[in-house]
Amino acid sequence: MALFSSLSERLNHIFSKLTKHGRLTELEIKGAMREVRIALLEADVNIFVAKKFIADVSEKAVGQEILKSLNPAQQVIKIVNEELIALMGSSNAKLETADKPPAVIMMCGLQGAGKTTLCGKLAVLLKKQGKKPLLVACDIYRPAAIEQLKVVGGKAGAEVFERGTQNPVKTAKQAVEYARSMGFDPVIIDTAGRLHIDDALMQELENVKAEVHPNDILLTVDSMTGQDAVNVAETFNKRLDVTGVILTKLDGDTRGGACLSIKAVTGKPIKFIGVGEKLTDLEPFYPDRMASRILGMGDVLSLIEKAQEAVTEEQAKRMEKKLRDASFTLEDYLEQFESLKKMGGIASVMGMMPGMSKFKIKESDFDEKKVERIKAIILSMTPREREKPEIINSSRKKRIAAGSGTSVQDINQLLKQFDQTKLMMKQVKSGRKLPFMR
Amino acid sequence: MGLFGKIIGALKKTKDNISSKLAALFQKGIGEDFYDELEEILISADISVITAEEIVDQIRAEAKKEKLKDKAYVVDLLKDVIEDTLCEAEVPEIEYPAVIMLVGVNGVGKTTTIGKLANYFVKQKKSVTVAAADTFRAAAADQLSVWAERAKVRIVKHEEGSDPSAVVYDAVSSAKAKGTDVVIVDTAGRLHVKANLMEELKKMDRVVRRDYPEAHFYKFLVLDATTGQNALSQAKLFDEAVELDGIVLTKLDGTAKGGFVVSLCGELRIPVVFVGTGEKLDDLQLFDAEEFTEGII
Repeated sequence: MALFSSLSERLNHIFSKLTKHGRLTELEIKGAMREVRIALLEADVNIFVAKKFIADVSEKAVGQEILKSLNPAQQVIKIVNEELIALMGSSNAKLETADKPPAVIMMCGLQGAGKTTLCGKLAVLLKKQGKKPLLVACDIYRPAAIEQLKVVGGKAGAEVFERGTQNPVKTAKQAVEYARSMGFDPVIIDTAGRLHIDDALMQELENVKAEVHPNDILLTVDSMTGQDAVNVAETFNKRLDVTGVILTKLDGDTRGGACLSIKAVTGKPIKFIGVGEKLTDLEPFYPDRMASRILGMGDVLSLIEKAQEAVTEEQAKRMEKKLRDASFTLEDYLEQFESLKKMGGIASVMGMMPGMSKFKIKESDFDEKKVERIKAIILSMTPREREKPEIINSSRKKRIAAGSGTSVQDINQLLKQFDQTKLMMKQVKSGRKLPFMR
Repeated sequence: MGLFGKIIGALKKTKDNISSKLAALFQKGIGEDFYDELEEILISADISVITAEEIVDQIRAEAKKEKLKDKAYVVDLLKDVIEDTLCEAEVPEIEYPAVIMLVGVNGVGKTTTIGKLANYFVKQKKSVTVAAADTFRAAAADQLSVWAERAKVRIVKHEEGSDPSAVVYDAVSSAKAKGTDVVIVDTAGRLHVKANLMEELKKMDRVVRRDYPEAHFYKFLVLDATTGQNALSQAKLFDEAVELDGIVLTKLDGTAKGGFVVSLCGELRIPVVFVGTGEKLDDLQLFDAEEFTEGII
């Protein structure tokens, strides 16, 4: 089980152990750091990066700062968090701008990192900013890569420039000229995936760079990459002096240690993250959010933003009061489901909430149809039943099942889920405030 | 260059790396940090933390019985332990008629592997049909068509966005009618945590089992050697969804080590069947535990 637990779960566990202690001794910090080290390694943080991280954190934790603190565990979390942020870079980096349009963006990376899809995502993002991007097909090796970019470009509503399997350096040059005359800006160059040790293909990228002088050279890295991420990033950076990194496939359950490693060895910022298969699934990278997410303190900032859109202040206050009074009813449960739906599904929200990562929630538990069914069941109950679900006996269940077009088992399941949610709420409440219920 | 020369060549960088690290370790002597560093060496090959701990524990226990004499002794011991672990999962024998379905996350090299697999079976004088059941990714079927042409095999494909299960149905139906030896099914890359996409995969699985029960059905997970510890989660969830028969380990021609397969064989009992070492049609080899271990250490 521990094998598949996320870094945040692991650290949560470590620090929940620490919280039970009063003040921290040097020995305890050493013990905690050993666990942090394992957690980092399990998260695919490069071993040397992890070692340096541990050394830095230990040094800070054992010093004065920790002794002054009233709550040592919180202090350690704070230091670990700060160091993680420091490692990943301190602010959200943007795309470079060109003095004279068009700006040129060149993508590069290993095979299968997600470059072609990313080109489409970038085009969508830039179009939203009022730009007129041109996609350039310079992957002349992979079968149907040009075709793929054309389809992606079509979906993104961006023109695709291609010259078949002509030399990519020439194609890139012609594309920039074309963009200049036709008023396209920026130019996004898709290149073939290549191994960093493939000298001939790396040379080709150097040639494209020398020809079109890109403003941005973006290294695309699969967030599931392991220890080798440092070798890949280091080599690409050495040969091309990349301007930034894009991490893809972060919608999986990867623990994302690669992002710590890459930043540590290249010093280059992570500019965007890919979080899904849709062309709109591209987000800016916020190191602070990522760090608190890794630490299991939740992506509090993102959550607050999302929650503000979906939940009105009044609703939130009411909900918080109900939680505190433990008068959370099925009616509230329904209301919550509807808010969650607006926030983009419970799984994504739960992942961002402090202490929630330890609850196993599968997306399938909350699919649209199930939510509709839950809604039907709750709406088939009398107001009193919604207030006091404990009065629902078997004859009431039969009536509700008939009324909602479901079965008694469905009712039982819902009631069980509701109880679990209540329990979960209680546990969260006893710790901290729910972040969106200020 | 023997049959597995390519794997050894591909792993040479790894080998140099670990060997030189071990040599350096021995110069410092077997002290307090020895086992920690040994563990780190294994982890840096992407062997999972837990598996690395177990391997080091075994060596520690062995060392108690018999004094660790020299580098060669520890190297031998390491090889034994890793190879034994790799052999804990048994590689399936392919019987015909066969249906082979490749599954995996996005970008691991499923389509390329299908081209190479088709070629592998053609060389064994088998008739092959490939099914382009990745109807999601833009131009995936076009990509597979190019590979089918290269390997000179038949392809069954539908329009982009159509139901992948329908493609699978057509492919197995025509294979039954024509008496084709091997049907190889390409599927869209999907992250293992996306429940709805895994359901889609299960549906394809059911179609083959229901409509072609007489075929020997193999489901292989394609894993990118560059992947880290997430490979375990991928294997676990794909196995839960469709019961995997084996692994195809791709992109072993880079600098990544793919050490996670040790954990896959040891813990999940899923064997590595093929290894991909490049982008050419014949860059696919049968996996051999001894050679693989030899290459890693």
